Amino acid sequence: MDTNIQVSPGAMFTETALDRQKRRIENVVRIFLLVVTSLMIIPLLLIIGYLLYKALPVLSFEFLFTNPKDNMRAGGIWAPFLGTIYLVVVSLLVSAPIGVFAAVYLNEYARENWFTRITNLAVVNLAGVPSIVHALFGVGAFVLFAGLGESILAASLTLAIMTLPVIIASTTEALKAVPMSFREACWNLGATRWQTIRRIVIPNSISGILTGVILQVSRAAGETAPIMFTGAVFYKAIAEGDLFAYNITEQCMALSLHLFTISTQVPDVTEGIPYATAVMLVGSVLLINAVSIGLRVYLRTRKKW
Amino acid sequence: MENKIEISDLRVHYGDTPALNGISFDVHPNEILSIIGPAQSGKTTLLKVINRTLEFTQGAKVEGSVKLDGVDIQTIGDVYGLRRRIGMVLPLPVGLPLSIYDNVAFAPRTAGLRTKSELDEIVERCLQQAALWDEVKDRLDTLGTKLSGGQQQRLTIARALSHQPEVLCLDEFSIAIDPVTTMRIEEVLKSLQKEMTILLVTNLVQQAKRLANRTAFFLNGDLIEIDTTDVIFSDNPTNQATYDYINGSFG
Amino acid sequence: MNILRKKSATSVSFSETVIETLIRLCGVSSIIFVFGIFFFVFREGAGFLFNGLDLVEFLTSPEWYPTSLNNKRYGTLALILGTFSVTTLAMCIAVPFGLGAAIFISEFCSPKLRETFKIIIELLAAIPSVVWGFIGLTLMNQLIIAVFNAPIGLTMLNGGILLALMSVPIIVSIAEDALKAVPDSYREAAEALGATRWQVTYRVLLPAAKNGLLAAVLLGAARSIGETMAVLMATGHSVNIPSSPLSWIRTLTATIAAELGEVARGGEHYQVLFIIGILLFTITFVVNLIADLVIKGIRQQ
Repeated sequence: MDTNIQVSPGAMFTETALDRQKRRIENVVRIFLLVVTSLMIIPLLLIIGYLLYKALPVLSFEFLFTNPKDNMRAGGIWAPFLGTIYLVVVSLLVSAPIGVFAAVYLNEYARENWFTRITNLAVVNLAGVPSIVHALFGVGAFVLFAGLGESILAASLTLAIMTLPVIIASTTEALKAVPMSFREACWNLGATRWQTIRRIVIPNSISGILTGVILQVSRAAGETAPIMFTGAVFYKAIAEGDLFAYNITEQCMALSLHLFTISTQVPDVTEGIPYATAVMLVGSVLLINAVSIGLRVYLRTRKKW
Repeated sequence: MENKIEISDLRVHYGDTPALNGISFDVHPNEILSIIGPAQSGKTTLLKVINRTLEFTQGAKVEGSVKLDGVDIQTIGDVYGLRRRIGMVLPLPVGLPLSIYDNVAFAPRTAGLRTKSELDEIVERCLQQAALWDEVKDRLDTLGTKLSGGQQQRLTIARALSHQPEVLCLDEFSIAIDPVTTMRIEEVLKSLQKEMTILLVTNLVQQAKRLANRTAFFLNGDLIEIDTTDVIFSDNPTNQATYDYINGSFG
Repeated sequence: MNILRKKSATSVSFSETVIETLIRLCGVSSIIFVFGIFFFVFREGAGFLFNGLDLVEFLTSPEWYPTSLNNKRYGTLALILGTFSVTTLAMCIAVPFGLGAAIFISEFCSPKLRETFKIIIELLAAIPSVVWGFIGLTLMNQLIIAVFNAPIGLTMLNGGILLALMSVPIIVSIAEDALKAVPDSYREAAEALGATRWQVTYRVLLPAAKNGLLAAVLLGAARSIGETMAVLMATGHSVNIPSSPLSWIRTLTATIAAELGEVARGGEHYQVLFIIGILLFTITFVVNLIADLVIKGIRQQ
């Protein structure tokens, strides 16, 4: 950089004009970047605040536990809310084992070669496939080819494949955090690969694996496009308060699709209902995420090594 | 007297990089054989060949033969059983994130031993052999990872003894622990010699001198010299490099 | 003599072979699914793609009249331009913010503040796209009407801002990874020469991390191209060659979402929607592939 500066003895540590200028630029940059970064908080707060403000008159326990009424112009969100829970739980049951095992394979078994490279590339690409293309896939593969029809099962399978990369990525990260020396110690004791994984690797990465599973739940709960044509339906009345009101071979309502429907397709919806629906959706998703973040922070404080 | 281990013309490459260039020697039963030499001379690789954990290292290729009790280890079908016949202690202490009890009971359990009384007995005996029992007997359910470095290294040794190995390999076990603990473990090793063969890789030449019946000197993947410790540490070992290394001229 | 010696090789193995097979199967499942997606989407659209569809018209004509009785036209040019214009607009907003935030979080930030920002960005990424669409429909719509005195606020600008907010989290996290991957020795060496943080960042880190930053932008763009609900709800839903940020547009994704529910299964229109799906799959696949190669490129250096 500035190589030809003459430094007189004694002046070594006093600030030159150049230094002052450098410091000023540094501060300007720092503040500018801080502002840019902070600007991202604003939409988050604004959205939550705005939605809450508009939703408050409608939000109540009754809103959660009653079905939409009067051609969806009034009432609550029980049927779509329960539908979303069904979709999420079934998709989780499929994607969690596959995702965790896939990550175990990639991290514990796969050697570094072209095949592993392709597998990793497939994971990345699976994560990048647009949600509406997943919907088309769900229609082609599950609804038509597998003959599941438009059903909770078909929609959940579509969601499961879509969210698989979420679980794979976070599980891989969790497995990587277990020191290699633990594995070596087990191998030296005559443990097989699977014994090592089951007794040491998985018990010590379970918190990270859980974080990923929770993230999958949050992601699946918010998706709309993949379920639109595979199993979610605009309207379906179910028994209020009955947790087993849906059958997984039939269609269901879903919170995300319900929000889309009442905000774009249904005229004269009671003011506040779409906002309250949005609040419930964002609220659930953010709550699930907060649990995941909380779990991560908490478990970091009590590591076993 | 039959040899415990016979190594003949053992060659190992990592990809294109050679690690061992055709070494041959025998290990006698119930001796302490120390292996000395500077870094990168293939000592650790040798141990990994003996318990076949080198198979986990990608790109490593092994030629030549290693015989344990006259049987080529490459032909042993039950590799896990083979690893249980060999105890391995690595340079850095590794307490598994399990309780102290479970650390020591790990290998017997993976081998299929379930009886509580037998496990109790193994745990106590091994911890005693490793000179750790008195310090931990009242808190066997604390995490192995919470022990001090020296205690963890003794836990590692106890664990290595838990599957009643015929050969105990130690790879620079004193690297991360204090001199007092080192001396205690050295006492342990001397007493264990009655029951098993001990391979001691060490970078402390004095440690080799104190403990070993015989000493082998490795340099850049070659076995330069193997002889009784007295000869190796005398003023005139066969090879000048051995003399230079022991007397601190290099390494 | 020793119980620990008795266990033979066979007893370890059976249940373990089963579980290892299962693990390997799950491991390659991603490959199967990616091919499966392509196969099944292709399968539904293949009939019309090879027999009847004029590919040149499909890609170059702006006339999208799939439901017309006597003048059916399947030209997607307006939709393609819709997708690319709104994505470009979104990137113009998201890239400076995303990279700026990534630089701040990675280089200028205390660890505590860094954690806070990362959590906020994570939460931002978690907001479902249908909720973004709803925000576009309500809040953003009113804002745009008020600010630009436009008749309707559901425009390319609206969708662009939403897509920007949705892709910023991806850009930040990947760009931050790229900056973190630059060895600390680079920073220390430059700082030892008396460079300030900003000089270090500008002259050393950004050039060293440029591939990762490029990948971040590409993946952010891929996210925007593939996004469906937000653009469906917020961009006006009208097939138009876009002329300004206040144009009403329609994207490839929104078209599928809006029309698939209303077409007869197996018909021409239905098949064309699947062909659009193949087009989308191909675009995002290529973008992701390039991003991956760009990232791998850094690792090999």
